[in-house]
Amino acid sequence: MENLERILKEHPFLAGLDDKYIKLLVGCASNVAFKAGEYIFREGENANQFYFIRHGKVQVETYVPQQGPVIIRTRSEGEIFGWSWLVPPYKWHFDARAVEVTRALALDGKCLRDKCEEDHNLGYEIMKRFALIIAERLEQTRMQLLDVYGNHSKK
Amino acid sequence: MKNLMIAIVERKDFQSLFDALKKKGYQISGPTLRDNAVIYDNISSVEDLPVGWTDKQDAGRYRLEKSDRASLFGYVLGPQSWKKFLYPAEHTFLNISRNGKRFEVGSAEEEQQPQAFIGVRPCELQALAIYDRVLGEGEFAATSYQLRRKKLFITAVNCIQPGGTCFCASMKTGPKATGGFDLALTEMFDSGRHYFLTEAGTKLGEEVLKQIPNREAGEKDILAAEEALRKASEKMGRRLDIKDIKEMMYRRFDDPHWEEISQRCMTCGNCTMVCPTCFCVNVEDTTSLDGREAQRLRKWDSCFTVDFSYIHGGSIRATTTSRYRQWMMHKLSYWQDQFGMLGCVGCGRCITWCPVGIDITEEAAYFRKEDK
Amino acid sequence: MATTVKNKKTAPLGTADAMHIRPFSIRRVVKESFDTFSLELDPLSGEKGHKFAPGQFNMLYVYGVGEVPISISGDPTRHKTLTHTTREVGTVTRAMRNLKVGDTLGVRGPFGSSWPVEDAVGNDVVIVAGGIGLAPLRPVIYYILAHREKYGKVVLLYGTRTPEDILFRKDLEKWRSRFDLETLLTVDRATGAWKGNVGVVTTLIGRAPFDPLNCVAMVCGPEIMMRFTVLELQKRGVEEDKTFISMERNMKCGIGLCGHCQLGPTFVCKEGPVYCYRDLKDVFIKREM
Repeated sequence: MENLERILKEHPFLAGLDDKYIKLLVGCASNVAFKAGEYIFREGENANQFYFIRHGKVQVETYVPQQGPVIIRTRSEGEIFGWSWLVPPYKWHFDARAVEVTRALALDGKCLRDKCEEDHNLGYEIMKRFALIIAERLEQTRMQLLDVYGNHSKK
Repeated sequence: MKNLMIAIVERKDFQSLFDALKKKGYQISGPTLRDNAVIYDNISSVEDLPVGWTDKQDAGRYRLEKSDRASLFGYVLGPQSWKKFLYPAEHTFLNISRNGKRFEVGSAEEEQQPQAFIGVRPCELQALAIYDRVLGEGEFAATSYQLRRKKLFITAVNCIQPGGTCFCASMKTGPKATGGFDLALTEMFDSGRHYFLTEAGTKLGEEVLKQIPNREAGEKDILAAEEALRKASEKMGRRLDIKDIKEMMYRRFDDPHWEEISQRCMTCGNCTMVCPTCFCVNVEDTTSLDGREAQRLRKWDSCFTVDFSYIHGGSIRATTTSRYRQWMMHKLSYWQDQFGMLGCVGCGRCITWCPVGIDITEEAAYFRKEDK
Repeated sequence: MATTVKNKKTAPLGTADAMHIRPFSIRRVVKESFDTFSLELDPLSGEKGHKFAPGQFNMLYVYGVGEVPISISGDPTRHKTLTHTTREVGTVTRAMRNLKVGDTLGVRGPFGSSWPVEDAVGNDVVIVAGGIGLAPLRPVIYYILAHREKYGKVVLLYGTRTPEDILFRKDLEKWRSRFDLETLLTVDRATGAWKGNVGVVTTLIGRAPFDPLNCVAMVCGPEIMMRFTVLELQKRGVEEDKTFISMERNMKCGIGLCGHCQLGPTFVCKEGPVYCYRDLKDVFIKREM
């Protein structure tokens, strides 16, 4: 557990977070590993976790009939993914799959949600950090939509 | 220049200027009448000049009228400028011929017969100075321009009678020529006399002047001409305040007024064609029908066309607003950054020849007012 | 290392040279992607080669069709062969694509400013390319790899629309296997078979290994991609006078005489295409300038 605490404490995402909250997060955290190709979650399932990737690569994808899975974003070592646990109806909207062997810390969002409700200071600290992540995703998605490279190949 | 000749040439002896220039091998160009306008063309005698004509100009308006005296230079500027001779509207500069899979490239530039211009106005001297900077200097210079320019003989004419759209006084380019000429004339009428105060600006000019019957100008003659020119500078039809104009215009880049101008602008490009400093050209390639010969030519182009700024995917300046702004800001702001001088000389042609009468001096004044 | 990094030019040409077309023979045509190709050219006029600085361009002439500006994408340390990479987007590039080995192509140049490879010595170098923007940056990578010991960490971040649009695959494979060059690729969209990164190129900047306070950034791609990239570089702390971008405008002469490539106070063919961001930032954000 000490190891988990160190990892969380040193993660830039949690920089400046009070030690007591870090300890609380450690209580919600567990080590997980996924094989290459393994689904981490699937569209429609209950969203009860988010992940700190410690090693490997994850792709967020969606299944488009006649096209197969379309990859929307990849996430790599050091990055965070999954925020559907934070907003109702707490369901995943996309699939997430390990591209290669991936190790991560999974944080129990359900447990964290309850704790945030009880302690709004914690709630604010967590919200603030996830708002950044969501804003960044939105910005990147908009840029993706701009399709800046002009000429279109087949798709 | 102080030591060069200043002389009086009587009207009756003016043909001698043509004769002296012809004798020296010059092809003479100057103002002449065509299609109810004063244009510049090759001329050979004093009779070819628009003798006794004057012009009335205003925004979007140009009319010739008979003058009450038989002046040789009683009008100001027509639609054309001297760039038509020095940097022709269309000019082939490369000949390319195909030979199987290969091709050979040869220059189409030719040595030019020396040209003499008669009737270059002070604002146009400044336009030539600008062309010299833009096309004739720097790492790359336009060969064809240099070939023509270096052999040019310039007879300037000071403006004692500015036109309705003239604003050279505020641009500090006229009405008196201060340099860049071989000879400069001030056409004077004094109690029945009609003569030219003629100032040599170069040794070559002096040499030509000596071929013409003349007498040394006295202080009284010189003062009389100066007085006429001083009066002229007060009679300018327009005015443009150039104080800090570069910075002022940069600050107005996003002014909504550009949009208002664009509702009048028809993007016809007239202003760019009549402007004596507009230098933009397109480079075109043509091929003979059998495909054996190709040529590369240069043609005057205008920043008012959509194609002007086209790169794959679309035009950089797709709107009229942006194209008018490009033209005006180029003249008053960008030009100063690019070449260290203003791109406008105050000739007023763009005002006269704009079909809807857009007036650069009026627009600049509007922006200056907004800027306060 | 001076804090100010300036772009350099190669030796000036005379005007006669600048407007004169020199015939080159096509030695090889390489299909880089479905719409992009490279041409390798040998001089026909007995010249020894074609010196250029990374980032410069040539005007390429197809007999009887016309002339267009194309980035030089080859190795600046070997100038026997001249390599250009372009996309088929207009009449001239379409005609160019139909040329065969042994056909003749006219060349004028090299023109324009170049990437500050000399002034970047002693710094980390971050190269950010989007789409065909990798073409004018490839000479930088060749140059740096030929003088690798002079630079700190070197990072190439490359984004394209799809995996099919990735250029210079052979080079990229070689570069990715090097320990002294960090190469990160990403695509905007992909389907199942792609195992690489998905996301816009700016997503790579945050996790690329370089020291932002001691680094020169060179960015080339569509204008909007460069805008977002510069923002992201600034977020990491890269200085604006050590950030360089390459602009594209209509060019008809290449020597500042035709007026088409004007970008406010500058001519992209003369002062550009490579600009220090500090010098261009006020102009860069102006619309339709």
